[in-house]
Amino acid sequence: MVNLVEIRDLKVEATTDSGRRVEIINGVSFDIAEGEIVALIGESGSGKTTIALTLMGHARPGCRISGGSVSVAGKDMVTLSEKQRARVRGTEVTYVPQSAAAAFNPATTIMDQVIEVTRIHGIMSSDEARARAVDLFRALSLPEPETIGRRYPHQVSGGQLQRLSAAMALIGDPKLVIFDEPTTALDVTTQIEVLRAFKSVMKKGGIAGVYVSHDLAVVAQIADRIVVLKGGETKEIGTTEEILNGAKHPYTRELLAAFEPKPRGAAGAAESGPAPLLEIENLIAGYGQVQADGLPLVRAVEHVSLKVEKGRNLGIIGESGCGKSTLARTIAGILPAAVGKIVFDGKELGRSARERSRDELREMQIVFQYADTALNPAKSVEDILARPLTFYHGMNAKARSARIDELLDMVRLPRNLRHRRPGELSGGQKQRVNFARALAADPKLILCDEITSALDTVVAAAVIDLLKELQRELGLSYIFISHDLSVVESICDEIVVMYGGRKVEEISPAKIKTPEHPYSQLLFSSVPRLDPTWLDGLEQDPELVRAYRQR
Amino acid sequence: MNNRVLSLVLSRLLIALITLVIVSFAVFFATTLLPGDTATILLGQAATPEAVEGLRKAMHLDDPAIFRFLRWIVGLLQGDLGTSYANEMPVADLIGGRFINTLQLAGVTALFSVPIALTLGITAAMLRGSLYDRAVTVLTIGVISVPEFMIATSAVLIFAVYLKWLPALSFANEVTSLTELLRIYAMPVITLTFVISAQMIRMTRAAVIETLNTPYVEMALLKGASRPRIVFRHALPNALGPIVNAVALSLSYLLGGVIIVETIFNYPGIAKLMVDAVATRDLPLIQSCAMIFCLGYLLLITAADIIAILSNPRLR
Repeated sequence: MVNLVEIRDLKVEATTDSGRRVEIINGVSFDIAEGEIVALIGESGSGKTTIALTLMGHARPGCRISGGSVSVAGKDMVTLSEKQRARVRGTEVTYVPQSAAAAFNPATTIMDQVIEVTRIHGIMSSDEARARAVDLFRALSLPEPETIGRRYPHQVSGGQLQRLSAAMALIGDPKLVIFDEPTTALDVTTQIEVLRAFKSVMKKGGIAGVYVSHDLAVVAQIADRIVVLKGGETKEIGTTEEILNGAKHPYTRELLAAFEPKPRGAAGAAESGPAPLLEIENLIAGYGQVQADGLPLVRAVEHVSLKVEKGRNLGIIGESGCGKSTLARTIAGILPAAVGKIVFDGKELGRSARERSRDELREMQIVFQYADTALNPAKSVEDILARPLTFYHGMNAKARSARIDELLDMVRLPRNLRHRRPGELSGGQKQRVNFARALAADPKLILCDEITSALDTVVAAAVIDLLKELQRELGLSYIFISHDLSVVESICDEIVVMYGGRKVEEISPAKIKTPEHPYSQLLFSSVPRLDPTWLDGLEQDPELVRAYRQR
Repeated sequence: MNNRVLSLVLSRLLIALITLVIVSFAVFFATTLLPGDTATILLGQAATPEAVEGLRKAMHLDDPAIFRFLRWIVGLLQGDLGTSYANEMPVADLIGGRFINTLQLAGVTALFSVPIALTLGITAAMLRGSLYDRAVTVLTIGVISVPEFMIATSAVLIFAVYLKWLPALSFANEVTSLTELLRIYAMPVITLTFVISAQMIRMTRAAVIETLNTPYVEMALLKGASRPRIVFRHALPNALGPIVNAVALSLSYLLGGVIIVETIFNYPGIAKLMVDAVATRDLPLIQSCAMIFCLGYLLLITAADIIAILSNPRLR
């Protein structure tokens, strides 16, 4: 039997800003059989989305398919004319985008966009299309399938939009569906539902799929075969079993290794001195107008108390919107607390950063999630690091220069990087500079707000190792905020689980397998494992899911 | 349509009203700052101090400014624009015919320039990077850079002096037939279309390109939608806000800023009237003209804002 998809020696070229041509895909070949789901896995920049898009004959602006063939159901997408390609798109091959929230046109209703494919290709009458869409909504277990189509995209949640975009992809009865990181932007508890919905619909219809992702554990749940990509080349192709259990290529093993739990090694025997480094009591903070009772209109953090001992790390974990970033901003004084006490190193701090002395500010630093936006793109690395040195320590030029070299050594960046600007650095390097800037102040406590979330798994693992090392050398403490349990587990001595602005449980990593609070149970059990049978075998209390599912 | 939109629209209207009050304040006091004493100018250099004093009293020029302002505002609200100092005629009569002329010229220009500008802007965005797009860009930048008196005088030289196709002057009152109307309006309209289209073309192009780069437009492409469908169903509705604003800004220029065009073609519009009024220090006329310009500007901008609010489904 002929395969549904046959990609042979595919090459894609990109034109850089300077007009140079670079091959970003270097002779990739693989097949997809009817009804088979193949995962493309790799870090950002590995070309996985680019390859997936060539299946529709599409190359993003600036890119061009420069060689090879992509045969889908007997048609070579590379040689088809744009008109012929348009006929295949939406009917034979369809696409589920990474961020459904951005891929829905904000100006028209969901139903119009879901059935647009049938209108463009004249597949069926719009009444039929509507009825079919409602069936699909039901199959994807969307709430209120009859009426959800009448809403506008901004009126439904991210998880629902992601499933609606799957409905949009399935309505034309495709032979092949491309999923482009469809769950990356979702919370873990939401991800489970979306994955389940995708899996059941695909299996029922016997539809072939390409699943693009950087997350091996997610891919393991849904894919039959896995293609490992790096730098635009295939490193390894094999069935899911083969890849997970007998990976041959070193890069695949590296990816797998990033998943192994690395529990925090003997945490520097807790110096449980009498006074903790940071103690927060009954903190309330939020946004919007201050009400008559002195509380803000929308409270993002409610009655949170916690403690950080010297030299120990506290992890704060929770899903988007649970108030974890607001908590960090409140502790740092960027967003003054409405109520509550922040005691740092024995002294009570002012609620707003303005009320704190320069030394108090110096001792507590915050590192933000996106190094891209946190670093001034117009300044060189040197200038970025020099600023806190002048501000906090009043160093002269010579001392500053020496200290910048030291800081770059500390975060394992080559010294000659100091003259570059952030735009000329990779994501991991930028995050290191971002961290070095915090270190420049000689702090006692660093608030890390999702600092590894924008990084690829392998790079993130390296950053975490760096943090651990620096802690050993400098005796720092971290408050580590993340939605990623495995990251928090690997670096923290204490973990706080937050939900809806409240702290629901405080737990030590040792007991992470057996949380007490039902929400923690739900959250921890939702983290995908590398085991392909995990999703099918997973049983969650539907009551519990309903109670805590925000979206 | 729900309460939120209604309250947004109402608040927008309220802001427009407040702006108008502030503007009237500014207009009134700015005109009183004009150098020279009205009474002296009216009576001429040879007037006796007594006569000047008498006139000042009769015209309430010695009253505190705030009283004069209030009297003026109350008059405005009652539709009384005051009496011209220069020729003792009611300002309303002076402005009336002129204002209609201006509106006619603006209307005809808008009728031509808006569709042309939108078409050029949208097609340039669709064919971004092509030779056509570059040609449009170069031409619009060229037109922006050339001052309007240059375009106007060149038009007169070419069409009226050398080719003798069109009359050099536009007396709007002598229109008898449609061809006559076209001949009279042709040159001012061409000139003004050049002046205001460039801005609209560039803004439209930028707004459409911005929406063409969004993921939902890529999604539409991957659904197999044709280019026109992508642009008209997915890109344009989301670019409407900025486009409408650019159009309103350009059109507001037609209501008050076309003095050069009016002068060159000798077109009896309101801008020319105002400049003449400044020469004769005819305060009521200046103030009324300024208020009309501001009102027109505010109406257009407010309308654009309201369209932008209504076209945003997030607010509906």
